[in-house]
Amino acid sequence: MVVIETHGLSKRYGRVVAVEDLNLEVKEGEVFGLLGPNGSGKTTTILMLLGLTEPTKGEARVLGLDPMREPLKVKSRVGYLPDQVGFYGELTAWENLRYTTRLLGLPEGEAQARIEEVLKRMGLWEVRDRRVSAFSRGMRQRLGLAEVLLKRPKVAILDEPTLGLDPEAAREFLELIKGLKAEGITILLSSHLLHQVQEVCDRVGLFHKGRLALLGTVEELAQRVLGGGYEILVEASPGLEESFRTLAGVARVEAEGGRYRILASRDLRPELARIAVEHGQLLGLALRRPSLDEVYAHYFKEVAHAA
Amino acid sequence: MRREGSPWTGLWAVFFKEMADHLTGIRMRILEGLILLSALAAVYTGTQTLRQTVGEDPYLYLKLLTTAQDPLPSFVGFLSFFVPLAAIALAFDAVNGEYARGTLSRILSQPIYRDALLFGKFLAGLGTLAVLLLALFLLVVGLGLFTLGVPPGGEEMGRAFFFLLATLAYAGFWLALGLLFSVLFRQPATAALAAIGVWLFFAVFFPILTDLAAGALLLQADPFDPESQLKQANLALWISRLSPNTLYAETLTAVLNPAVRSLGPILITQLEGAVLGTPLPLSQSLLLVWPQLTGLVSLVILLFTLAYVSFQRQEVRA
Repeated sequence: MVVIETHGLSKRYGRVVAVEDLNLEVKEGEVFGLLGPNGSGKTTTILMLLGLTEPTKGEARVLGLDPMREPLKVKSRVGYLPDQVGFYGELTAWENLRYTTRLLGLPEGEAQARIEEVLKRMGLWEVRDRRVSAFSRGMRQRLGLAEVLLKRPKVAILDEPTLGLDPEAAREFLELIKGLKAEGITILLSSHLLHQVQEVCDRVGLFHKGRLALLGTVEELAQRVLGGGYEILVEASPGLEESFRTLAGVARVEAEGGRYRILASRDLRPELARIAVEHGQLLGLALRRPSLDEVYAHYFKEVAHAA
Repeated sequence: MRREGSPWTGLWAVFFKEMADHLTGIRMRILEGLILLSALAAVYTGTQTLRQTVGEDPYLYLKLLTTAQDPLPSFVGFLSFFVPLAAIALAFDAVNGEYARGTLSRILSQPIYRDALLFGKFLAGLGTLAVLLLALFLLVVGLGLFTLGVPPGGEEMGRAFFFLLATLAYAGFWLALGLLFSVLFRQPATAALAAIGVWLFFAVFFPILTDLAAGALLLQADPFDPESQLKQANLALWISRLSPNTLYAETLTAVLNPAVRSLGPILITQLEGAVLGTPLPLSQSLLLVWPQLTGLVSLVILLFTLAYVSFQRQEVRA
């Protein structure tokens, strides 16, 4: 089932194009990454999906609902974690969530139960009576996710969820996101930290200047842009470049002394190892998932060249 | 394109949260303390003066509210000074504060419309001021009961009720102004300064300007034609009524002083047959200030609408 879809969605601010002709489909239960540098239109897209800003052209459907016509229904089913999420500093974590449950219109007993559940789940139960002004960035972010879960959402939209977190906190946060996916919640997340989120995303869309430039799984994109979805690092005797290149499925070989970096369309480790052993010594062999940063950089270098 | 769902969803949640914030906030405590102290001082000196004349005046409690004794202004004088400040203090960071804290997009992603947020904030401010005013008023009446020993009459209480209502409308004006500036300016400090600036303009400069205008208009009048002089005087009065302060002051004059029969120039022929000094019934006094009262309320609605429209058009992202 398609949970989020857009057709020709565009947003202009005066003459500035924020989002241009966006066609997107996010299926139920997947983690979709909306990736791209700052100012490439990710947040604007998200706001349009929530009915918080009006599209100039095109239309969007979230859970089959039109966010412009039925924003209340959309917003009661979709959880949203804004970038740089803020809370009322003079209120406690519990009071902040209590306000949200009132806005959601939950009955008293149900609200208390849900608040307890989400605070415990996010590991914030012990600090529930502490003022949010004393919270660290990571705690605030987890409180934001707790608030998202308060709705028992079918879809969660997370805007730059790992921004400003230290590497450890970011990793923990990504684990929490994986937990949501396991529950069957569809997740749309945006980020400019491509390498950080690429492992949690089932599919990604790369934004560039308001346009969705690339769409697919990380492997597909790597295949398409870099010519190989597999990146294999080999450490062996020098001078094997040519023999590696003759293998079927190898897209590119970069050599630096005895270190080789090979991009291939399939896992070629056994073949590479055999060649290396036949011609000398094999010192190391590793398979790496291609990084999205590289895909992005490479793709837009090509685009710039073509232009 | 029609939007579905009620714009009032979540209104009461916002109202109660904001009201709780106001009532517990340190900002309100300071204002309450200030107003309370000055009101008590005014009432104390008022009762000292009135004690000598108890029994001579049928509207003792209205006198209690309006009697000034140098160097202190009357209770009403204090109120008309502090109420705008209190209202501005409650509203100047209503919307831009939410932007600054990063809470706006989070709140608006809950199933409510923006209407509920803005209206809830306005109502909460008005509610807070109403509670404050009522408490102050009851305190003053209680104090009067204690020191004067005469119970207030029904007519007096009726007049006092309309006095409170007019004060609330006046407070609503400054609240709506604060709210408008909190939407227009991204910095709370700028919004506060702008609102205080408007207040100063109406409190200090506007009377000077209207005096100047009145003088100029009178010069234009034909010195030998009383009718043209009257016309110019009326015109000057109308100009001064562009200020909410004038509207409020005129309302108070007529509501709190039953002897007042007119708020403008009056011709000797119009006084024929009138028993001077006799009080008007409440309904007649109200009739006298009805335009002022409705003018004040419509100013509030106008300002709130401006705030509402500009808030609706604003982008959610900071």
